[in-house]
Amino acid sequence: MYVYDQYDHQIIRDRVAQFRGQTDRYLTGELSEDEFLPLRLQNGLYVQRLAPMLRVNVPYGMLNSTQLRKLAHIARHYDKGYCHISTRQNIQFNWPELAEVPNILAELAEVEMHATQSSGNCIRNTTSDQFAGIAPDEHIDPRPYCEIIRQWSTLHPEFAFLPRKFKIAVTGASDDRAAVQVHDIGLQMVSNDAGETGFRVLVGGGLGRTPVIGSLIKDFLPQEHLLSYLDAILRVYNLNGRRDNKYKARIKILVRAMGAETFAAKVEDEWQHLKEGYTQLTTEEIDRAKSFFTEPSYQSIDDNQADADLSSLRGEHKAFDKWLNRNVRTHRKAGYAAVTLSLKPTGVAPGDITDRQLEEIAKLADQYSFGEARTTHEQNIVLGDVRKEDLFQVWQAAKDAGFATPNIGTLTDMICCPGGDFCSLANAKSIPIAEAIQRRFDDMDYLYDLGDIDLNISGCMNACGHHHIGHIGILGVDKKGSEFYQVQLGGSAGSDASLGKVLGPSFGQEEMADVIAKLLNVFVENRQGDEQFIDTYRRVGLAPFKERAYAKVN
Amino acid sequence: MPKLIKDGAIVSNEWQWLTNNDEDQATAVPEGKVIVPLAVWLDQKGSLSQRDDVGVWLENDQLPSELGDDVATLPLIAVNFPGFMDGRGFSIGRLLRDRYGFKGELRAYGNIIRDQLTFLSRCGFNAFDCREAFDLEASLASLSDFSESYQAAVDKPMPLFRRRA
Repeated sequence: MYVYDQYDHQIIRDRVAQFRGQTDRYLTGELSEDEFLPLRLQNGLYVQRLAPMLRVNVPYGMLNSTQLRKLAHIARHYDKGYCHISTRQNIQFNWPELAEVPNILAELAEVEMHATQSSGNCIRNTTSDQFAGIAPDEHIDPRPYCEIIRQWSTLHPEFAFLPRKFKIAVTGASDDRAAVQVHDIGLQMVSNDAGETGFRVLVGGGLGRTPVIGSLIKDFLPQEHLLSYLDAILRVYNLNGRRDNKYKARIKILVRAMGAETFAAKVEDEWQHLKEGYTQLTTEEIDRAKSFFTEPSYQSIDDNQADADLSSLRGEHKAFDKWLNRNVRTHRKAGYAAVTLSLKPTGVAPGDITDRQLEEIAKLADQYSFGEARTTHEQNIVLGDVRKEDLFQVWQAAKDAGFATPNIGTLTDMICCPGGDFCSLANAKSIPIAEAIQRRFDDMDYLYDLGDIDLNISGCMNACGHHHIGHIGILGVDKKGSEFYQVQLGGSAGSDASLGKVLGPSFGQEEMADVIAKLLNVFVENRQGDEQFIDTYRRVGLAPFKERAYAKVN
Repeated sequence: MPKLIKDGAIVSNEWQWLTNNDEDQATAVPEGKVIVPLAVWLDQKGSLSQRDDVGVWLENDQLPSELGDDVATLPLIAVNFPGFMDGRGFSIGRLLRDRYGFKGELRAYGNIIRDQLTFLSRCGFNAFDCREAFDLEASLASLSDFSESYQAAVDKPMPLFRRRA
């Protein structure tokens, strides 16, 4: 994992001091509400329905056990004993006191964390694959480049007041787990024929009111030009993006209006002025970044023996077997596995985690996974490097701590924004919908039989719950002051990214579990062999689902 | 005389503004140090470029390319910030300094807040002419909010990764 040096510490300390001053000026009335707004947002502070919400960056999802313990302390000391993993791998506190936020930021700085640009019209936290560095299908570890981007984007003087927020995601694997096609900039790491490392650059993807799949604007960007090319994209956007209407201000609208080719040409032109400058990455800098993401000291383990041992445990413990099937993934190192701790047990808001659970994860990370953990955009936590022989103990500990629900990838492992219970933007609540669905579908065997289904819920069209790219997407809407839910089908976040189609008129809250049941029945009836939901949908189309969902009851 | 921040100090504003009036780009430009709208400059460049006391102001949708080679000889260019949330001026500043080699006074004026001074200065602005409510004394401190920075910019052409010890 990246480790701060004196420069990183200095920059973040200066940032905390600056925000402390700004908060003081706001509290004494020297700074107006309007002026304080972008300043607090750029330090992660929203004002929500009931209290401020502080969003802390987890750069590309990596956390160490010291940071986990600090987050637990903050949850306990400054909040109500829990926090929330967001759909962009960040941590959100829902109840901090505004006046205490500078103190929280100072505490975070001690453990090399910050909330800089976790909100506001600026470059946000860069996200990545939660299995970076350990996935068997990865060609290049994206994390060193994510860290290079983190540093470049942090307090970038030219791009702090963009037309709108700006999100970058990077992946280095065949299977896209970072949803790069629905980001303002999506970077796919590739090697060219000469064996050189570079990026395929996608631009103008995004969710929100106008969901768009990103356009490819560069086939191969050599790695040393990463930052100058990003500078060029951002400059073209900063100067040309719309500022008259916040719903048309994202880069996707600009790319669409100009046409991807024209946009690409404009970026290319700007880049020609920048590419040979000092921002060109040096081999030393790339090597320095890589040096923080080397393999941990893995043991040499006989994989067959490890699997054989697991196999006999599977036979003795059916629940352990289920957990292995759903929550444990293949690792590229023999004898190791990646464990996903489920933050989706029934009855808990998806992605919520308590101070004690954070400490438990810190302990498990120290004991079994080289002291590191990862947040995922599906709002779970991963222990990346667990020896197969330790899995049984990890499972038992995870069970005791409440995050061994064996539902990863299933219907009940849903993505869900905080919704109307917390968020002032929301049109409708989303947590009660998630809970109703979890309660209705509590038969694990049925869930396993259904296979992988992404169900994503957003409480409004800002789409924090990524409803457009759920196989089943649910969107909360406001109809004459009442909360209703629109259903979309056929979205996908992966390498085969697609945007869902609206099923039809929206449903009331109490109908939702029934509607989902009908949709699943249509899937089961039409399914061929072991087909996944998304494949059946793509084969049979929307019509049979629509017909069933709106059929009149006799 | 109204004050502004220039080169890290509070100084008197010695320049007068010619009121922006697109209708009348042929308007008479007074004697003495004066900042004129781009349209006036382009219309009267023949005579105005003989003087060394005429600066030009750009709205934030007017790019430095509209001034072209004139940038090299102008003593002052001002960029208007109509609202502090509109960040186009930051890029305009960098283009003027980095691409067009502007060496004169680069003045940010309009609706900026003191918390932006450090970024503005990194983007090449060395003068800040702000609203009346602006406490210049207190604002000076904001110029040095950060003692280090990651990126290359006008103030430090070397990014941190090339300077890291």
